[in-house]
Amino acid sequence: MQIARETLLRSYRAMRTIRDFEERLHVEFATGEIPGFVHLYCGEEASGVGVCANLTDNDTISSTHRGHGHCIAKGVEVSGMMAEIYGKSTGVCRGKGGSMHIADLSRGMLGANGIVGGGPPLMCGAALSHKLLKDGGVAVAFYGDGASNEGSTLESLNLATVWKLPVVFVVEDNGYGEATGSSFAVAGTQKARAEGFGMPYMECDGSDFFAVYQTAGEAIAHARAGNGPVMLHVHLARWYGHFEGDAMTYRAAGEVAEAKRDHDCLELFRKKVTEAGLLEHSELDAIDEAVRDEIESSVIAAKAAPLPGPADLLADVYVRY
Amino acid sequence: MSKKSYRQAINEALRLEMRRDPRVIIMGEDVAGGQGGTSGVVDAWGGVLGVTKGLYTEFGPERVLDTPITEASYIGAAAGAAATGLRPVAELMFVDFVGCCLDQIMNQAAKFRYMFGGKARTPLVIRAMFGAGFNAAAQHSQALYPLFTHIPGLKVVIPSSPYEAKGLLIEAIRDDDPVIFLEHKVMYDDEEDVPDESYTIPFGEANLTREGDDVTIVAFGRMVKLANEAADKLERQGISCTVIDPRTTSPLDRDTILDCVADTGRLVIVDESSPRCNMAADVSALVAEEAFDALKAPIRRVIPPHTPVPFASVLEALYLPDAAKIEAAVKAVMNHKVTEAA
Repeated sequence: MQIARETLLRSYRAMRTIRDFEERLHVEFATGEIPGFVHLYCGEEASGVGVCANLTDNDTISSTHRGHGHCIAKGVEVSGMMAEIYGKSTGVCRGKGGSMHIADLSRGMLGANGIVGGGPPLMCGAALSHKLLKDGGVAVAFYGDGASNEGSTLESLNLATVWKLPVVFVVEDNGYGEATGSSFAVAGTQKARAEGFGMPYMECDGSDFFAVYQTAGEAIAHARAGNGPVMLHVHLARWYGHFEGDAMTYRAAGEVAEAKRDHDCLELFRKKVTEAGLLEHSELDAIDEAVRDEIESSVIAAKAAPLPGPADLLADVYVRY
Repeated sequence: MSKKSYRQAINEALRLEMRRDPRVIIMGEDVAGGQGGTSGVVDAWGGVLGVTKGLYTEFGPERVLDTPITEASYIGAAAGAAATGLRPVAELMFVDFVGCCLDQIMNQAAKFRYMFGGKARTPLVIRAMFGAGFNAAAQHSQALYPLFTHIPGLKVVIPSSPYEAKGLLIEAIRDDDPVIFLEHKVMYDDEEDVPDESYTIPFGEANLTREGDDVTIVAFGRMVKLANEAADKLERQGISCTVIDPRTTSPLDRDTILDCVADTGRLVIVDESSPRCNMAADVSALVAEEAFDALKAPIRRVIPPHTPVPFASVLEALYLPDAAKIEAAVKAVMNHKVTEAA
């Protein structure tokens, strides 16, 4: 597989940014300074980045409650995200959305989403816009194994097929919907579901950036060419709890440690590109350092940023009222 | 100008806006009807009550989209399409079916703009028919506008006549916020003079269908007609009423209501939605808070009982407000005697 050097560097940087962003939130959340609750994407970075590396700002995605990774992968600016999570007026949603509602429509990012199964119908609509406006765009709905059981998701698989929409349904299967295992909660298989709706099914190892990039590329090309929807099933491991503060008493001892040891997408990426002579360790180290600085400065800026004021409470409910 | 039915007025509004703006599309269950059938006839229905008849023939399958009977996915798709460049008018058929897709309206479309810091525009119209009087029973007769009015981010429109329907629907389609447009199913064959050309009626500006000195009647949707019937009869008995059609419950023209109550000092509210937390309760609270000193009598509400809508005609008639009940309420406020403190 040929991947442009530029794409490799950009993708590694995006994955590293997500990892550091989330690890930092893990630390900062424990101090009590971050309002609300957060859901971390650590361990799943290659999925969002591998898919979005096949997209441009003209394409649209929807995300989930675990949305930071998809935002970064789609190009949403990190300091604006960090400020948003701190509830500051400099946040990408001016402090009115928070972790679960980060969106940047200029990047084709139609929002993280606090409602499980909220995104797939929206992406049918975004795909309809791309199709009718003939702008060549595709829509990608990221959702988890938990959301794969929602009626809204299953209805969307049907509607997308009936309307032959350019949409890719990306099931990020980390094995748990909150604290309940998918082996309990998901009947049948994702493959049989896709086939039941008459759409192609593809799957890949979500810790392998190259597998995701290539498989998603095929899925997206299929949809972009006007051949209708595709389901992409990405197998993943979640490194932290459903939300921060979740003690994960439902997971066997060693499960997360094994995922970290054997399925760290960043380590696997580094090993592959350096052994193949595509990139040097020093280049990756430089990215690591740059990202460390970026995250550090984004936290400092977020902490120092002004809070929203009373006028913000009433602003932007409507365009006009 | 010619006589047009409520149904024709809505159809004409859709047709004119679809001609004017290629981004306007319509979608819903059987808005064309007939696709996949054995006769080969498409546009077989034009909506379950014929409101969208002929639009498929003029605008074709890309802009008049039949959907599966899956409200969550297509109402959500309409919201997603609205946020990404189209101006969809989605038909929910009976408003009762909102139970199948409320998340996409309440948590998605209504919230985008605020939640995303003012960066989203969602020019979405959801049309649905509502109301009792059709023997359609509990699952096809509700007047759920208070439910939508309760949700910040939505606008809610209840046209009370064919003229109102056309102007308000064109306004709704041109509006950049999500609009719930509720058509009373008993009114589709009502007729009146409606201009042939395009016109808009702004939201949040109540219409005074008559002005009087004694009692203010605020009525919603089909109740406006009944309120005017009652007011005609009362006029002959020497009681003159102002009848206010707020047109939209969100935004609500508070000023007009308060001004009229200040003039008449008496208020009757006619609302066919379930009585708890409905518009009658909302307007009562507004007037009690803002116009207490103007009131010469307690506020009276003409409202249904707190029950599902019944099926049998005799029960449905008991359930619904009507002109006689409105007349009785007006007389009650007129006859109220202020009890002086001892």
